[in-house]
Amino acid sequence: MSETILSVRDLCVYFEIRDEGWFPEKKLLRAVDGVSFDLEAGETLGVVGESGCGKSTLARAIVALVPATSGEIRFDGQNLVGLDAEQLRQQRRHLQIIFQDPLASLDPRMTVGEIIGEPLRSFFPRMSAAERRTKVIEIMQRVGLMAGYINRYPHEFSGGQAQRIGIARALILHPEVVVCDEPVSALDVSIKAQIVNLLMELQQVYGISLLFVAHDLASVRHISHRVLVLYLGKVMELADSDAIYRAPRHPYTQSLIHAVPVADPRQARARPAKGLEGEPPSPIDPPSGCVFRTRCPYAVERCAAEVPALRQVGESRVACHLAEQIQSSS
Amino acid sequence: MAPATLLEARQLTVEFTTRGRVVHAVTEVDLDLAQGEVLAIVGESGSGKSQMLLSMLGLTAPNSRVKGSVRFDGQELLGAPEKRLNQIRARKIGYVFQDPMTSLNPYLSIGLQLAEPLRIHKKLGKAAAAAQAVEMLRAVHISEPEQRMRQYPHQLSGGMRQRVAIAMALVCGPEILIADEPTTALDVTVQAQVLSLLREARERLGTAVILVTHDLGVIAELADRVNVMYAGRIVEKGTVEDIFYRRRHPYTEALENSIPDLSDSRATPLVAIEGNPPDLSAVPAGCAFHPRCPYRLAMCDQAVPPLEAVDENHSKACFYQGELGRGAKAGG
Amino acid sequence: MTREPRGVIATEAEAPLAAAPGRSLWQDAFARLRHNRAAMASAIVLIVIVVAAIVVPWISPYNYYTPQWALLDLPPTLRGWHIFGTDDLGRDLLVRVMWGCRISLMIGAVASVVSVGIGVFWGAVAGYVGGVVDSLMMRVVDILYSVPFIPFVIVLIVMFGRNLFLIFVAIGAVSWLDIARIVRGQTLSLRNKEFVEAARASGVRGPQIVWRHLIPNLVGIVVIYATLTAPAVILFEAFLSFLGLGVQAPMTSLGVLVSDGAGELQSFPYLLIIPAVFLAAIVYCLNFLGDGLRDALDPKDR
Repeated sequence: MSETILSVRDLCVYFEIRDEGWFPEKKLLRAVDGVSFDLEAGETLGVVGESGCGKSTLARAIVALVPATSGEIRFDGQNLVGLDAEQLRQQRRHLQIIFQDPLASLDPRMTVGEIIGEPLRSFFPRMSAAERRTKVIEIMQRVGLMAGYINRYPHEFSGGQAQRIGIARALILHPEVVVCDEPVSALDVSIKAQIVNLLMELQQVYGISLLFVAHDLASVRHISHRVLVLYLGKVMELADSDAIYRAPRHPYTQSLIHAVPVADPRQARARPAKGLEGEPPSPIDPPSGCVFRTRCPYAVERCAAEVPALRQVGESRVACHLAEQIQSSS
Repeated sequence: MAPATLLEARQLTVEFTTRGRVVHAVTEVDLDLAQGEVLAIVGESGSGKSQMLLSMLGLTAPNSRVKGSVRFDGQELLGAPEKRLNQIRARKIGYVFQDPMTSLNPYLSIGLQLAEPLRIHKKLGKAAAAAQAVEMLRAVHISEPEQRMRQYPHQLSGGMRQRVAIAMALVCGPEILIADEPTTALDVTVQAQVLSLLREARERLGTAVILVTHDLGVIAELADRVNVMYAGRIVEKGTVEDIFYRRRHPYTEALENSIPDLSDSRATPLVAIEGNPPDLSAVPAGCAFHPRCPYRLAMCDQAVPPLEAVDENHSKACFYQGELGRGAKAGG
Repeated sequence: MTREPRGVIATEAEAPLAAAPGRSLWQDAFARLRHNRAAMASAIVLIVIVVAAIVVPWISPYNYYTPQWALLDLPPTLRGWHIFGTDDLGRDLLVRVMWGCRISLMIGAVASVVSVGIGVFWGAVAGYVGGVVDSLMMRVVDILYSVPFIPFVIVLIVMFGRNLFLIFVAIGAVSWLDIARIVRGQTLSLRNKEFVEAARASGVRGPQIVWRHLIPNLVGIVVIYATLTAPAVILFEAFLSFLGLGVQAPMTSLGVLVSDGAGELQSFPYLLIIPAVFLAAIVYCLNFLGDGLRDALDPKDR
């Protein structure tokens, strides 16, 4: 599990926003602002953060559904940022995505077989229909769908089954990396576990690397080897999922962990979940220095002046000037 | 001395007829809510829990049939004339919907919407209502409440909108607050704030809360008692400790085992529940959970198991009498 | 406790039928349409009219243009072929009305096809490509909208003569504007749908996305608007004919018949009433059908 398959360096995704008024200024929305990480073969990297932290944008930028403004996304030695359209299209075989809303990501006018088989048509145009069908059936069975469903339409399926269709479509090309953008958030509580288990199993079988983006810390903890914590487009902490939970070093990570209510009445009464005061600042006008400082209980002057770099502190990589001093508690 | 019972539902049943099929959203539910207590209803989508809440206030769709009895403060709510129901809604029983984006009117300012129940129910004049509205915003910890009064829902974040929705539901000082998945759409840090708000409402105003959710952490923090719903029926009832430490229904156990806890590492397997949630227009015969139940017996598809007492405050609807724990998580 | 791999989840309730064909959205919609009695009745009436319009002139011994001086202004009778009577030149009204239906329906069909063809292409390209191209294309639409339609058609006809083909083209050339706007709007909203993103992620190229994903999802709304454009077109042709600018005599359309019949209203009312009834029936039925299609294709019901 030591071969690096995807390498992201200083990835920035900025959007231009036009202001209101007679003489609109052009403002920049920094959705992803200098994110760097490595993804190893067969590893699951969880990405957590709250709404507006840029995790969905990051997910889409990695699979080039959203153009990156600057930085590097290295796969197989090639930088995907700045490739021309056709070269980029060729690389899509290796980096696939699963979406949050299972039914919205399936074309309602196509059959399951057509949906799952479409990637094959894009990259193997000379493949015969019969051969395509065989491959589609094979992958359907692998994800737990009956072959008999091949001629059905998306609206005939439940959310969990529709998500399996999406997973089958993502896997049919045997990609090396699969980005999962909140794949279980829209599913029923009793189905989430099925899909999470399925993803873990498929990872074992196919040796894929997963980038698991979600806001549910517990699911992320369960499925990931390592976790990346994002806030306002920047990386706050990057560590093994055990370390993130047991010994979170960044104040934001600590707040996140403390905010999750414990599913145990006695513990919960003793230590109720604690929220974070205030609102996240706007990604159009982020605070200077450390973006978290406006809500951080430990902020000092240095935090406003200097952007903290991501550095190794104990078991984690943390972007905080005070990481060594702060008690890592959980 | 047990606190007085505020709300009492007996054999509550809600059915819809749509396109020739009958959807059994809620079937023969009995429910009690005492003064000042927090009752949690656990169930996933498709368990009929929302319909049950709406039916208590007469808010279900026109093509629904509601049967049974719901008594509030000695009065029967089902079938009561609209006029009487309107006096109760917001004034005595407040309602918070799941999605604050759709429960707030995007075309009216926050101030107007917040003042509306005050003007209708407490007959306050514009100025007095506005003043109380500002106080309410302060009470739900919204910063700069005077300025917020003039803002519109789309200018607020999701967490703030939900707090405004809670403020609207509490503004007339109701005895009961019904909250339908109030934190599901929110970030975890905002959820914690909303939870502490609900706790405050209970402590300071003595409001009883019916909280519908599928988040076990939320239940553990807030609830006094828990009712577990599956396919429109209550399958287990008890105090929060009964449900967490002494659960007796296979669905309750399956649910807890399939939801990951923050303390579980990658090594702890998630035990998924087989199959799919039931289609309420085609509920399985006998016990609705039997197709997915690891403890199923031969009799389980023959008859619907009745709720039987396990303990003083704890009852379950299940034929299986043995020990659970077949699917226990390590250290659970 | 051993943990079984739970990758393949199947319960007895989901036992597969061997590759059963699914129920597509079209089938769903068609089933809904069938329950709409007004729409079904309209469809039947239209089919009857179309069949009659095709068959009757074939089998009748009379044609639409030969005057019969001996049979002027006969009232409708059930004996013989002159079911609808004859007009002031002794021509059989039944055959003339059927020919009128033929022409009106043809104009409706052709103009609709032309306007749909142009409109869908224009709107889909504008919506999908977006940006400057979209702005330019839509400005063209806006400018054409502001052209006063009736004077425009009149000028064309005066310049190029009363040519049936010209009428088709003139009407079609103007009625594509509505469809273009609607298709553009739909395309814009479809473009952002996740299944289009998913297609891009699967390596599908731009033009293929438009062809394979956007157009099939546009068909529904296009069909609805086409069925609603047709009656407008037919009425417009009737209006032109009323002004004397429609098809050349002795060829006739429902509009011409109505116009001629209006002149004889006092003495021979059936000359007006019968073609008017047919015109109204066709327009009503197309409208009901269009409404029914719109209801049937509206996915809210699911």
